[in-house]
Amino acid sequence: MTNAIPGAPPTDDAMRTEEQPAARSALSRQRLASAWLFLTPMLAVLAFVAGWPLLQTIWFSFTDASLADLDAARFVGLRNYFEYVDYGDGTGEWFGLFFDAQWWNAVWNTVYYTLVSVSIETVLGLIVALVLNVPFRGRGFVRAAVLIPWAIPTIVSAKMWAWMMNDQFGILNDMLMSVGILSHPIAWTASPETAMWAVIIVDVWKTTPFMALLILAGLQMVPSDVYEAAKIDGVHPVKVFFKVTLPLIRPAILVAVIFRALDALRVFDLIYVLTPNNTETKTMSVFAQENLFQFDQFAYGSAASTLLFLVIAAITLVYIKAARLNLGGGR
Amino acid sequence: MPAFVKRTAFYALVVLIVLFSIFPFYYAILTSFKSGTALFRVDYLPTDFSLANYRDVLVNGVFPLNILNSVIVAFVVVAISLFLAVTAAYALSRIEFRGRGILLLTILAVSMFPQIAVLAGLFELVRLFGLYNSLFSLILAYMIFTLPFTVWVLTTFMRDLPVEIEEAAIVDGAKPMTIVMKVFLPLMWPALVTTGLLAFIAAWNEFLFALTFVSSNDTRTVPVAIALLSGASEQEIPWGTIMAASVVVTVPLIVLVLIFQRKIVSGLTAGGVKG
Repeated sequence: MTNAIPGAPPTDDAMRTEEQPAARSALSRQRLASAWLFLTPMLAVLAFVAGWPLLQTIWFSFTDASLADLDAARFVGLRNYFEYVDYGDGTGEWFGLFFDAQWWNAVWNTVYYTLVSVSIETVLGLIVALVLNVPFRGRGFVRAAVLIPWAIPTIVSAKMWAWMMNDQFGILNDMLMSVGILSHPIAWTASPETAMWAVIIVDVWKTTPFMALLILAGLQMVPSDVYEAAKIDGVHPVKVFFKVTLPLIRPAILVAVIFRALDALRVFDLIYVLTPNNTETKTMSVFAQENLFQFDQFAYGSAASTLLFLVIAAITLVYIKAARLNLGGGR
Repeated sequence: MPAFVKRTAFYALVVLIVLFSIFPFYYAILTSFKSGTALFRVDYLPTDFSLANYRDVLVNGVFPLNILNSVIVAFVVVAISLFLAVTAAYALSRIEFRGRGILLLTILAVSMFPQIAVLAGLFELVRLFGLYNSLFSLILAYMIFTLPFTVWVLTTFMRDLPVEIEEAAIVDGAKPMTIVMKVFLPLMWPALVTTGLLAFIAAWNEFLFALTFVSSNDTRTVPVAIALLSGASEQEIPWGTIMAASVVVTVPLIVLVLIFQRKIVSGLTAGGVKG
């Protein structure tokens, strides 16, 4: 793939196919007609499975829908988001998602998890990418080994780590105790102090390869004469890294970070399986799913889903803009 | 710093990376061959070789059915996505028309949708069409992430093919459908295999929709089945069986990923697929 920036939208410039002005009209009319013919089935499916359900979710967030009888949903305005209930004696109380401490706890958990795990993954991914960029014997093997965590389904990784982190029989406690880091076994996934870290460790293990590969793709595009010039000039390797390499691979890192962040913000499966029913790790997606299907608060859960969608949509827009600017200005 | 110290440090780092990457799966395999009380003894090297857990998973119970369900869903989803994506990618990459840029951005945006945002609406749709608890609900739902991804990657791939390849066909008066089938398809096998494999992995691993739209043991897919594996009592988590099931569903994936490593890396960088 020659796309300079992974995942960046192809610009119209890059995509312009050449046309012969003479034979243009009839031919291009035919091609135009078939373009829409080709696109319609795909667009219809997307509208059906993505567009319509999204609008439905947003609609449910303005109703009093309940799981038992979705058809009886009635419009209730913004009540799921915020509502002031006047008790009639001069006092009153705010209700709704915006005033729900559990929701804000979920927001905070999601933000914390995203910031910490993506930061660690970026640093480790960069280190792994730099190692894989050096030619050495057995590099192919190392690259293959690094891909393994990525290939393992999230649920399986969650279970594998849950077993390794088991408080009584887990190998992690055994390891840490035998080297003297821990004096007594800890319940990694259950105790409030470590549950979030357990989730972050598994996420870092699983997605660092993804980061490393995207950054490696950027590294391999740095022309080697840049390094040679620096070597001849006797510039210290550390300085070369910070002054030359890092600025050149910044677009690749940026794209990788945004992809990972978008993914981390909607995390569900890892947390649902590794630390079930734990308020310390409950994220926005878990909060929404619980309200939708376990607590019989379908409308409330829809409102939470809608808010999460808005957050991710905003970040996506920023990303699309950033990636475009880079493509226009970079080369 | 002397050269050998540097080299030793570098290789120590390499060993650390490899160990960190493969140890958890190695330990899962090791555990899957243990049964009875051996499970509750921490061993770093293989000591037991009991197939009891594999027998539990593959012979007793519904797990083989779960595997079959996952295979069916993933294959159908990939087939439909690729079929719809090839023609769409041709239109998006080789034909110029008004609104193409917006369309591409929309497709990219859909590929980043949080699944939870459509969950409530999809549930209503699934219920409306009477698809609850059937594999069709999952086939339908998985389109939301496989279709934008395949369209996106195939568009990038087709865009990079030279103009000349279709010029002759256009001059000969070939219809666009013929051009796609006769000119592009033969060139696209590598891209189709990579994209298909990545979409397959995504469908195979999906959890949220599978948990929500399917409720009976024999229609479940593999990830939900593993997540819900439980023992005779609440407290007794059957770790051996869980690890055996995990190994069974992961080994084929790892083999595929290792075979197609290089292609996967280029597919990943083109599409930025979610892990």
